[in-house]
This record gives sequence, C-alpha cells and structure tokens, in this order.
Amino acid sequence: MQATRDFSHYVRHLESGLSHIDLAVEGVSCAGCMSKIERGLSALPDVTLARVNLTDRRVALEWKQGTLDPARFIDRLAELGYKAYPFEPVRAEADETERASFLLRCLGVAAFAAMNIMMLSIPVWSGNVGDMIPEQRDFFHWLSALIALPAAAYSGQPFFRSALRALRARTTNMDVPISIGIVLALAMSVAETIHHAEHAYFDAALMLLAFLLAGRYLDQSMRRKTRAVAGNLAALKGETATKFVGADEISVVPIAAVQAGDIVLLRPGERSAVDGSVIEGQSKIDQSLITGETLPVKAGPGTAVYAGTLNLSGALRVRVSAASEGTLLAEISRLLDNAVQARSRYVQLADRASRLYAPVVHAAALLTMLGWAATGATWHDAIVTAISVLIITCPCALGLAIPAVQTVVAGAMFRTGVLLNSGDAIERLAEVDRVVFDKTGTLTLPELDVTNAADIPKDMFALAGRLALASHHPVAAAVARASGAKAPLAGVEEIASQGVRGFVDGLEVRLGRPSFCGADQIANEILCRDPEASVVAFRHGETLHVFAVRQRLRADAAGAIATLLKAGIEVEILSGDREPAVRHAAETLGIHEWRAGVTPADKIARIEELKRRGVKVLMVGDGMNDAPALAAAHVSMSPVSATHLSQATADLVFLGDRLAPVVAAIGFSRKALRLMRQNLWLAAGYNLLAVPLAIAGLATPLVAAAAMSASSLLVILNALRAHRGAREFC
Amino acid sequence: MEVLVFLVPLALTLGAIGLMGFLWSLKNGQYDDLEGAGWRAIADDEPFPENHAPGQGPDAARAP
Repeated sequence: MQATRDFSHYVRHLESGLSHIDLAVEGVSCAGCMSKIERGLSALPDVTLARVNLTDRRVALEWKQGTLDPARFIDRLAELGYKAYPFEPVRAEADETERASFLLRCLGVAAFAAMNIMMLSIPVWSGNVGDMIPEQRDFFHWLSALIALPAAAYSGQPFFRSALRALRARTTNMDVPISIGIVLALAMSVAETIHHAEHAYFDAALMLLAFLLAGRYLDQSMRRKTRAVAGNLAALKGETATKFVGADEISVVPIAAVQAGDIVLLRPGERSAVDGSVIEGQSKIDQSLITGETLPVKAGPGTAVYAGTLNLSGALRVRVSAASEGTLLAEISRLLDNAVQARSRYVQLADRASRLYAPVVHAAALLTMLGWAATGATWHDAIVTAISVLIITCPCALGLAIPAVQTVVAGAMFRTGVLLNSGDAIERLAEVDRVVFDKTGTLTLPELDVTNAADIPKDMFALAGRLALASHHPVAAAVARASGAKAPLAGVEEIASQGVRGFVDGLEVRLGRPSFCGADQIANEILCRDPEASVVAFRHGETLHVFAVRQRLRADAAGAIATLLKAGIEVEILSGDREPAVRHAAETLGIHEWRAGVTPADKIARIEELKRRGVKVLMVGDGMNDAPALAAAHVSMSPVSATHLSQATADLVFLGDRLAPVVAAIGFSRKALRLMRQNLWLAAGYNLLAVPLAIAGLATPLVAAAAMSASSLLVILNALRAHRGAREFC
Repeated sequence: MEVLVFLVPLALTLGAIGLMGFLWSLKNGQYDDLEGAGWRAIADDEPFPENHAPGQGPDAARAP
C-alpha cells in the first residue's frame, strides 16, 4: 500500500510567484558534496535556487509555484546519495539566529567605533606629552564623543537590557557592573571634555564593549550551531504519520501536519509518532521507549498509544489525542513541571562571581572618592579618580572568563558528539558525583539485536537475512540488520502474524513464529536459557535454526561504566523494566546499585532522596518515563534516539551508539570548570594590580586601554586550552 | 594643522563606509554559512550560472 507523500505543509509561497522549502540533509561534509547537490538539484527544470548551507547542513530550494512536487527533491537527493527531509525551523532556533545576528551587528558597530576613537586617542596621548594645543585636544575629544555616544547606545543594548532585567528582579548579574562602568565612563568623559580636561575614556568604554561582544557572539554562534544540528537530527528522523484523508484513502503526512482528532494508520513494524487511542484493530505493542518495559503488551480498541510506541503485529487505527489527555502523559507532565521549577534556582558561576565582585568594586570606588576628598583634593578630582577605579575594574576579563571557556568546551563537546541544550550545564556537569542510568535505550541500544549469531552457520544467516528483508516485523528487521543482507529474496509471501516464506533453488524457506516453522522445541530451549529474548525461527528445507533477539548493551557500556567508577563517580541503574532484565544488565556491567520496576514518580523520589543527601546526580535517560527524573536531577543527558520530551528536558544530548560521549562530557566539563576558576583568579589578579594604580590616581586612559586588552587576551588564551588534552579523564 | 579639516572627516567617512559595508553584508546573509563560503571560493566552477538571476539570491529567499 503506497500512499502519496504530502510535504505541502513545509512549502512557503513567496510573493514573487516562487515556492520555497528548506531541507535538512545528512552527510554533507565537504565542498564536493555542496557542488554535487547544487548541480544535481539545479538540473531539475523550473528550479530557480538550490543553495547548500554547509554550516547548518541544509539546502534552500526555490521553484516556480505549482510546477514541482517537493517529494521530487528528496528523491533526487536520495539518488545523489543523501538522505534529506523537509525542515521547519522551531521557534527556539529562529530566536537564537536572530540573537546571533543582532550581537554581530552590535559587535560591528562597537568595533568600528572603538577603532576610530583609538585613531583619535593616539594623537591626544602623544600630544599630551608633546606640543598639542588644548583646542585641538578638545576637538578630538568632541569627535570621539560624537562617535562613542551613539555607538555605545546601540551596541551596549545586550548588556543594558540584561542589567535592567536583573535589577528589576532585585538581583545582580555580570551585566550590572559592566553597564555601570560603561555609562559612568562615558558620562565622566563628556563632563571632562566640557571642562577642557586632559583625559577622556571614550576609547576604554568602546573597547570594553567590543571585547565583551566578541565573547558573547562566539558563545551565541556555538549555541546556534548546536541548535541547528539538533534541529536537523529531529527533522531527519522524518517522522510521518499515515493519515486517513477519506474513508479508506490514506496519505503520508509530516507529523507537524497531524492534528488532534485525526485518524492515523499504524502498520506492524511502525513506531507511532503521535499520542492517541486505538479505535480499531488488535495487535501487540512495544512500549519500551515510554515505560522501559521490554515485554510487548496487547493492544485493542481503547488502548492508549504514545509517541514512540512500536506496533508489533497487526494494523491499528489510532485517533490522535491532544498531548495532555493520556493519563500517563498527564502524570508525567505534572511531575515534570514541578521538577523544572525546583531546578531553576541554580545560580551560575558567573553570577556568583559578580555578586561577590560588584559590591567590593563599588565600595572601593566609594572609599577612593571619600579618601581623596578627606585628604584635601577637590570633589571634582575625587569623583574622577573614583570613576577611573570603576572603569579600570570594569569586568572585561571577568565578563569573558566564563563565556570564553564555555564556547571552547561546547565546540570540543560538539566534535565528540555531545550537544549542549543549556549554557550552565557545563558547570553543573562538572560537579557530578553520581550517574544514574536508565536501562532500556540508554545502557542498551534502542534497536533489537541477534544474540546467538555465533551458533548459526553463515550461509543460513545470510539467507535468513535476505528473507527477513521482506518483513516489517521488528524482530525480522533485527535479523536482517544483523546479517547485513542487502538483496531481498524475490517472490516472498507474507502470512499475517505467522511469518514470511519463499523458495530458493526449489526448497521452501520460512522465517517467523517457531510454530510456523515447526521449531517449537528449539525455541523453548532457547527461551529457558534466556527468558528475556524474543525468538524467530528459520526453516530451510528440513534444516531448522532459531534466532534469539533481544536488546543489546551499547558496545562500550562496560568500559564507560568502569571509567566512571575508577574516577570515583558512583553509578546506579533506575529502570522501569522487570527485575531479571535489570539484574542481568547490572551484573554484566559491574553495577551494584540498581532498582527495577520503577515508576516515573519513584524515579523522582529516588533522585530527591539522593539530592537531600547532598549528592549531585547526572541522570541519563531516554524514555518518556525518564523525563521528570531528567528535569529533577542536578544535570541530565539523553541519547539522540530518545523521545522528544526527554530530549527537550535534558541539558545535553549525545549522538551515536556508544556511551563514551557521556564519559567524555564529564571529563570536558571538569576541565572547563577548572579553567573557569583559573580565569576568574586571573581576572582578580589583574584587578589586584590595576586597582591600586587607579586609587592612587595614576590610571590614565592609556594605562586603562593597555591593561584591559592584556587581561582579556590572557583570559581568552587560557580558555583556548580547554580543547587540548581534555580527553584524559578528570 | 589645517590639513585636519580634510583628513579627519575623510578618515571617519572611510570608517563609516566600512561599517555600512559590514552591515549590508550581514543583512544580505553573507555570514549565514561561513564554512560553505570558504569552500565556494576555491570551487572549480560556478554551479548554476544561468539560473542565478538577481533578486533570487539568498536575500530574496528569506523574504516571508
């Protein structure tokens, strides 16, 4: 039953009479791919634009309205060897992109202004020791003010807004001292210019802005890139639903086009992409992604089906419900809300530093002013000296200390296959002393695998694999995958809920239930040994073989757990699966603490209990039942195969079939935290040197400019060490 | 020193032209794909010479 594919949901119609679509493309990695794709797609008639974005791994396409079906682009890309899928930017990603480009605009303005003011400042500095007449100096100062004031008003917005937000919420953050420093520097410089004074600090204010904006922009662009990759991964899952558009007419539509109340068809072997309840059909379903339970359960009219449910045997018609209707879901989202609220109290290292820093600096400035006034200086001189203390301590290095490290580490993590969802996750991850794993889909791979491959002759295995390609059943799919078969057998017949059969060289071959192949006895022996496994029998003439299929641990799970234990991090399993399965996994991996049959509420309770004992927990899980625990934990991670809810909740997402990224992420974050602390100390050390100079009234604009650039460069260079040698653990 | 009357405005105008250029290129989407742009510079040939008419560039693509 081949239904039509309908991608019209993703197509935008432009005013110029063109249609536009964005596709996420897998495997575009080089210039060769880029020109191959662009040439291949431009060759289609009526295509007016085909442009690859190599950074985001996407293609933008435009064509004359109504002339082409978007599905053709996807087919064309498949012919070229690239998997592609239409892509709809999520709100969050659009926001990140908008913020990044705003920061870049601010940076451009600030850098332009800083350089031009510097050009005007250098004559003043050299003129002050030479033969400059006061009128010339005033002229240069007024010119500087003319550039500096509008430029600072524009490019300072990110800091001013954030500082205002913090003050309104009656807290402080790093942007408060930054904003105060900039505003005072500019105000004092204008006042000094009016009074024909020797020094003005326009250059310092703008240079500070340019440095800080550069740090913020790098941070933002790293975040944007991560978000784009995550968006592509989500799009490339290509989640579609087979929707009934008439009584018996179906159409394959992207999941975004399905609404509550629609009726969708769930075929055997398909994973549901929607929540809903069964209205017709009988089947067995695998809910392991949702509950962690690996044994299939019966489904009939009235059974609730959640996104991620795998349909095993019969076709089901499902009425789509709004996400909150299901009882399990409602319970999970309630737990989730509570947990998210509880966690938002974490205070980032940068803000903790600035809470210490701002009062000390402001007090020092105040004391400087009073001190100078008390020793007989004029109020004017006292205030100018006090403000120069604030300018020189304006946390340039401090403002860069943490974002610079975060950017470098996020980039390094990205290359090892870890995507960061939230910026402060690095700090929280570094503090972890216990890792709690979910079992199904986290310690194990989400796909089934053949466990007794060694017992089956190679030629039989290959033949069974080719036969299995004809079946949609997940167990058969596991056999096909394990055998590596590529060529399906011709003339294969599928017998509903029994298996498949065909003929090879005149001999009948069958693959399916043990009873279908007459292999009940062998199957029972295997099930006695391994009650967790699913079995599928294969018959070739009179030869019988039985495959045992089960979820397999990730290849490097044992090694990863051992590394964690060796580093002094405790490891625990919390699984919704039954006891024997969890015990088996725990024993294989050498984990002593494990709990089986745990409900979502129990998982949270356990995490809360650990938290009360002061344990900093990293929760790693993929199922919908893990989502509340992910939110409750100190920090959380999800594999990329996880349900939407878990991925959205987790602080970090790791890619691939291995657990190594989890270990690497902890290693990176610890290194990052060390570097952040070092950077804060470097910034503090700089202040220790610079502040006495300023208090003594020796901080001229030249000294301020030199000190600021030097300390910022030092901090950035130190941050760059983060991506070197972070492979060694801790 | 009268030369300043010409030189200072000249310097500022040049700077402002640079800034305008930067803002224009930013708005035009030239910073959207830094990785790809680097490779395009050394690509052998222009992938689609005849289709790439003015007004259909990346800027037009983003218009709602």
